[in-house]
Amino acid sequence: MPHYEPWSDERARAVIDEFTHLEGPLMPMLHAVQETFGHVPDAVVPMLAEKLNVSRAEVHGVVTFYHDFRHEPAGRHVLKLCRAEACQAAGGDALAEHAEHKLGCKLGETTADGRVTVEPIYCLGLCATAPSAMLDGRIVARLNERRLDALIAEAQS
Amino acid sequence: MPIRIYVPKDACAIACGADEVAEAIAAVSLVRNEPVEIVRNGSRGMLWLEPMIEVVTTDGRIAYGPVEAGDVEGLFAAGFLTGADHALRIGKPEEHPFLAKQTRLTFARCGIIDPASYEDYRAHGGYRGLERALTLGPAGIIEEVKTSGLRGRGGAGFPTAIKWKTVADAKGDQKYIVCNADEGDSGTFADRMIMEGDPFELIEGMTIAGIAVGATKGYVYTRSEYPHAIWAMEKAVEVARANGMLGANIAGSPYSFDMEVRMGAGAYVCGEETALLDSLEGKRGTVRAKPPLPAHKGLFQKPTVINNVLSLTAVPHILADGGQFYADFGMGRSRGTMPIQIAGNVKFGGLFETAFGITLGELVNDIGGGTATGKPVKAAQVGGPLGAYVPTWQFDLPFDYESFAAKDALIGHGGIVVFDESSDLAKMARFAMEFCSVESCGKCTPCRIGSTRGVELMDKIIAGERVTANLATLTDLCQTMKLGSLCALGGFTPYPVLSALNHFPEDFGAPPRVVLEAAE
Ligand SMILES: Cc1cc2nc3c(=O)[nH]c(=O)nc-3n(C[C@H](O)[C@H](O)[C@H](O)COP(=O)(O)O)c2cc1C
Ligand code: SF4
Ligand code: FES
Repeated sequence: MPHYEPWSDERARAVIDEFTHLEGPLMPMLHAVQETFGHVPDAVVPMLAEKLNVSRAEVHGVVTFYHDFRHEPAGRHVLKLCRAEACQAAGGDALAEHAEHKLGCKLGETTADGRVTVEPIYCLGLCATAPSAMLDGRIVARLNERRLDALIAEAQS
Repeated sequence: MPIRIYVPKDACAIACGADEVAEAIAAVSLVRNEPVEIVRNGSRGMLWLEPMIEVVTTDGRIAYGPVEAGDVEGLFAAGFLTGADHALRIGKPEEHPFLAKQTRLTFARCGIIDPASYEDYRAHGGYRGLERALTLGPAGIIEEVKTSGLRGRGGAGFPTAIKWKTVADAKGDQKYIVCNADEGDSGTFADRMIMEGDPFELIEGMTIAGIAVGATKGYVYTRSEYPHAIWAMEKAVEVARANGMLGANIAGSPYSFDMEVRMGAGAYVCGEETALLDSLEGKRGTVRAKPPLPAHKGLFQKPTVINNVLSLTAVPHILADGGQFYADFGMGRSRGTMPIQIAGNVKFGGLFETAFGITLGELVNDIGGGTATGKPVKAAQVGGPLGAYVPTWQFDLPFDYESFAAKDALIGHGGIVVFDESSDLAKMARFAMEFCSVESCGKCTPCRIGSTRGVELMDKIIAGERVTANLATLTDLCQTMKLGSLCALGGFTPYPVLSALNHFPEDFGAPPRVVLEAAE
């Protein structure tokens, strides 16, 4: 299970400062913020704007453009199911439905108990051994109902 | 002497259990007191056999696969350390028809060497291209690439030498080499496999490009969905630096070049070269209007070469063996080899590098073995989400940029996704529109609004509402998107939609194609 730190101004500044020497540092900074806190909190936007000498609106625009950056923390576990063409061709639709049914929530949502966020992902590059999924950063291929059930059980535990 | 066993560290192998297999081998070898040395290689590309492990025997490397952790005890008991027989024994990988039929230039080393080992890379012909490049100098390098006929492997097929020449001629205190490793197309994984299996080849290719155009800094921009590729690339960059192959005065030459790996954040459009540059700069990934070309005003407004992984990794071979050697493969204006990726509902999915000219039917049926489900093939989508659905009656199509274009199809990045007869192509057409609407950068109306409208239309068509009228509107909409979009996301989404409709109208609730043709 991924472990995230509670928000702290000081910590956020330290995380950001690690990348100031790079050319075009904003994306690496945002990734690092999300890796540290599990999402990109609003409070970090003015910090980044000040550091990079750009407007808050610009930073906000970047954060919201990319699908990866979360505004809110996810559930304790994140299960991503590949919904791109090769995985659809290999039976991914039925598996996605199965997951939604088992978890009682739709793709893009978090279970009521906050344990599992289930999301679509568009291709993990495992298309020859489709369908594929990712649980908290661990990749799984040749998914079938049995394997998916095991992943879901793991995520719910 | 411990016996050497290769267990792939390729993401596909890992996703099929390779890490657990490696652990099991280490554990069982301890218990049995049969010492082994485990090397984590890339994948050979016979992905249906992953995890495919290889034991180094006196008779060469002997492969077994697909191996699960639970098979390991049995493999030891059967004597796999000496290459003994077992139900999973494949034999010598290079003699397997899937590999024996290929022409591997870019993937020559992939799956054979330890991707983290500079020595291994050197021992297998690595850096021969750079050595020759250093003797040729910038103009000579570009000439050699021109002779090879190399065209961009990212999708557009633009001649690489022309791009390089433009950047070489451009004035700038700083120039950049940017590697487009954003590989977002479903059905493609060649970039990922090379980064994981032979990362030095990309470093060498980028270094040669840097020397050719006078760039001293490079970036590899890849996807957050590719954590293993990122680790492998970063590791190799470190090792190359430690060996004097990146940094100041590469290999003792007057040239300097260094590089960094950067990660995207789940935006398909960032594979488009100008959106990628904006993303690297720390902006929203919106597509830039051209001109100016990236070659003149690219990253941070500096002259920039932006090339796909496969374009850049073809370069070391072109330099090592000469442009003519490369150009001797292929057909028409498609020269050299293409690492083709066979995926989806297919029996033998994997990476197949071959000269241009092979037909789609050979790839899907002979090499890919047809569908994994055993049902008849219905169609193959070639070239990613913006590529056409090619029906089986067009499977004589040769893999060649111009032949595909003539059929309103595209090769793109060389991915083939196979669908069996149970697939509903109206659903796939809807998906194409939906994907476009989710991934649109928002800059042009036909793409941003049109794709949303396209999804609504498809919903109506699928529900059987006023099908004829809605299909006519859909066709019009596709025309508007084709003509009014700034980039291929909006401009090419009509290809999968219209190909699905034209070839499989019955999936859309329209009269079947045979009937339509008879009526004409
Ligand atoms: C929506 C869209 C996505 C693209 N994705 C990629 C990609 O993932 N990788 C890539 O190399 N090229 C991609 N391209 C093509 C690039 O814009 C560009 O043509 C390519 O990077 C040039 O390199 P090459 O000449 O070596 O092919 C994409 C284009 C569009 C319009
Ligand atoms: S076609 Fe779509 S993705 Fe491309 S520039 Fe226009 S809005 Fe952006
Ligand atoms: S389409 Fe699912 S892994 Fe590529």
